[in-house]
Amino acid sequence: MKTMMKLLLAGVALAGFSIQAHAEDKPTIEILSSWTSGGEAAALNVIKTEFEKRGGVWKDSSIAGFGAADAAFQNRVVAGDPPGAKQGVIGLAAADFVSQGLFNPIDDVAATGKWADVLPKSIQDLISYDGKAYLVPTGAHGESWVFYSKDAFAKAGITEEPKTWDAFFADLDKLKAAGIVPVAWGGQPWQQSKVFNMVLLSQVGIDGFQKIYVEKDKSEASVAGVKKTLEILAKLHTYIDDGAAGRNWNDATAMLITAKAGVQFMGDWAKGEFTVAGKEPGKDYGCMIVPESPGMVYIADSFYFPKTGKAETDKAQKLLAEVVMDPAVQVEFSLKKGSVPARSDVDKTKLDVCAQKGLELMSAGSIVPDQAIVLTPQQVGQLDDFVDEYWSGGTYDAAAAAENFFAIFE
Amino acid sequence: MPMKRKSNLSATLALLPTWLVAVVVFIGTMAWSIRLSFTNSTIFPSSTYVGLAQYAKLFASAKWLASLHNVLIFGILYVGGCLFLGFLLAAALDRKIRFESALRTIFLYPYAMSFVVTGLIWQWMLNPTLGIQASVRALGWESFVLDWVVNRDMAIYALVLAGVWQGAGLVMVIALAGMRGIEAEQWKAARIDGIPVWRIYVSIILPQLGPALAAAGMLLAMGVIKTYDIVVAMTNGGPGSATEVPAKFIMDNLFGRQNLGLATAGATVLVLGVIMAVAPFRYAMYVRSKAKGAS
Repeated sequence: MKTMMKLLLAGVALAGFSIQAHAEDKPTIEILSSWTSGGEAAALNVIKTEFEKRGGVWKDSSIAGFGAADAAFQNRVVAGDPPGAKQGVIGLAAADFVSQGLFNPIDDVAATGKWADVLPKSIQDLISYDGKAYLVPTGAHGESWVFYSKDAFAKAGITEEPKTWDAFFADLDKLKAAGIVPVAWGGQPWQQSKVFNMVLLSQVGIDGFQKIYVEKDKSEASVAGVKKTLEILAKLHTYIDDGAAGRNWNDATAMLITAKAGVQFMGDWAKGEFTVAGKEPGKDYGCMIVPESPGMVYIADSFYFPKTGKAETDKAQKLLAEVVMDPAVQVEFSLKKGSVPARSDVDKTKLDVCAQKGLELMSAGSIVPDQAIVLTPQQVGQLDDFVDEYWSGGTYDAAAAAENFFAIFE
Repeated sequence: MPMKRKSNLSATLALLPTWLVAVVVFIGTMAWSIRLSFTNSTIFPSSTYVGLAQYAKLFASAKWLASLHNVLIFGILYVGGCLFLGFLLAAALDRKIRFESALRTIFLYPYAMSFVVTGLIWQWMLNPTLGIQASVRALGWESFVLDWVVNRDMAIYALVLAGVWQGAGLVMVIALAGMRGIEAEQWKAARIDGIPVWRIYVSIILPQLGPALAAAGMLLAMGVIKTYDIVVAMTNGGPGSATEVPAKFIMDNLFGRQNLGLATAGATVLVLGVIMAVAPFRYAMYVRSKAKGAS
């Protein structure tokens, strides 16, 4: 009887051990992301496919909406049950988590992959905290784009891309006359802030932009630049349709795809929507930088890796970091998502005309960071409030509003 | 006597878990939030106390003040509208009409829906390029305008409209149940006296429905304080801050803006507001019940 018991116990222990060993064999990871639109999901799938090919187990927890995904993530971290990886913007948003010791560094992967040699310095700096790499960049997005429907432009008799704001507004008039909605406006505060920023860059230049956002400079030149930006916004307001309030960016892009609208101000992720709809850049739609802009605003996406205390997840995090930084994956991902690869040593020939334009600006250093990179989430929210209040206010006193702008930094 | 003590002890023991839950979960979390509102917490709780700084910041924020203003307008019109429409519907159904149960189901149906669904439906209907305005214009009336959701001055009333559409059914059911409890004799007596029907409803039925309608009003009022989902689904607080509400302000600061201190200050103000509104009411009830007990 005793031996029977011993045998049984040994058997149970063995079985338990083998199950555990089996689970640890496969690096398992849960990914929390807000990439749910057509192009975004397709891009995420590129990473997923390669990750699974290399033996990983992928659990998808996608939540639509950046804010909703962030809230869910924050809750799960506080509850002690974080997912294995979270998609998020490079910048100050991750800083609090890192300083609280909640994230796993991926320094060893970065060292073996020689990331420092292949990433632009600005991105390399932004993924590291105290000299250690914590984030793995998936790609950079240009945000200063004006997309236009070639069909709509042809219908309105516009033959070339406008180079100045005056020419731009003249073209919008032509679109209006042709019975087309001139501007497909995405009416959510974050989208409006992006338009504000791209117009601001066209008014104050690269140095002026850095001065305002990084140095919080309130000189006369800065105030005048903000004022001119607001005047252009007020003028743009006369070219939107009635249903713009609260509109999603991909719904606005759909208006271009169906040639119901002429132009859309958006980051290059909008290309993903065009691609899903079977439209080609340069043929069905065009992309240009905002008129008079010396460069573009950029933002970069990344994954970060919370500490979960599970060995198989730690393993999976390293595998995921390798997969994301794989040159082929970076190009394939960028094609689907509409972004520019974070690595500079990739095969550029595969990129479309818009991405090549963007990569040119990036390698020339004609880029400025998006507000999410340089401002705290609190300040980003206040910027959203500021632009939204002005945009929907109906009074458009640019001079008074320009003064309010600088209160964001106080 | 010993018997009594024993039963008291076992009752206390049985209630102990409930007490623990009440103290730890309800009062504990409330105290925790209030504590946080005096700190400079951002994304994670901090223990650096800053006094009333968060409250000063809160009441300096135009958005917070706008949200208080909005929830006041919304609350009064929503509760009032639901009570009024619900009573009318109940009175209509009470006339022993045909298909009563079918109509009852239809009127109550919106209440079974989540506020998110209600908000989305109304957003689509009121969206100028998709909904009613576009349909009417397509029929030929080119100058027809119904743009409440995107109009800064009207957006809050669009919320009220959707809210009343959803909440009136609840009041109807409660009021109808109350009306059915009123004796038929009263009707007969009133009929014999030749009192018109509307007068019977206003002067005889309505006063007797007081407690039922008060209960319905209370339920609706509690919904007003936590109004969040309908706003997010319908307008997301916009245009500008035209439909911002306190609950949304708190949620935004709690998560999107990573500002625990400010959010908990807002929540504390909200709780205090509710206590201040409810306390006189509770006190009056207490005084009344005491007076009843004495007589």
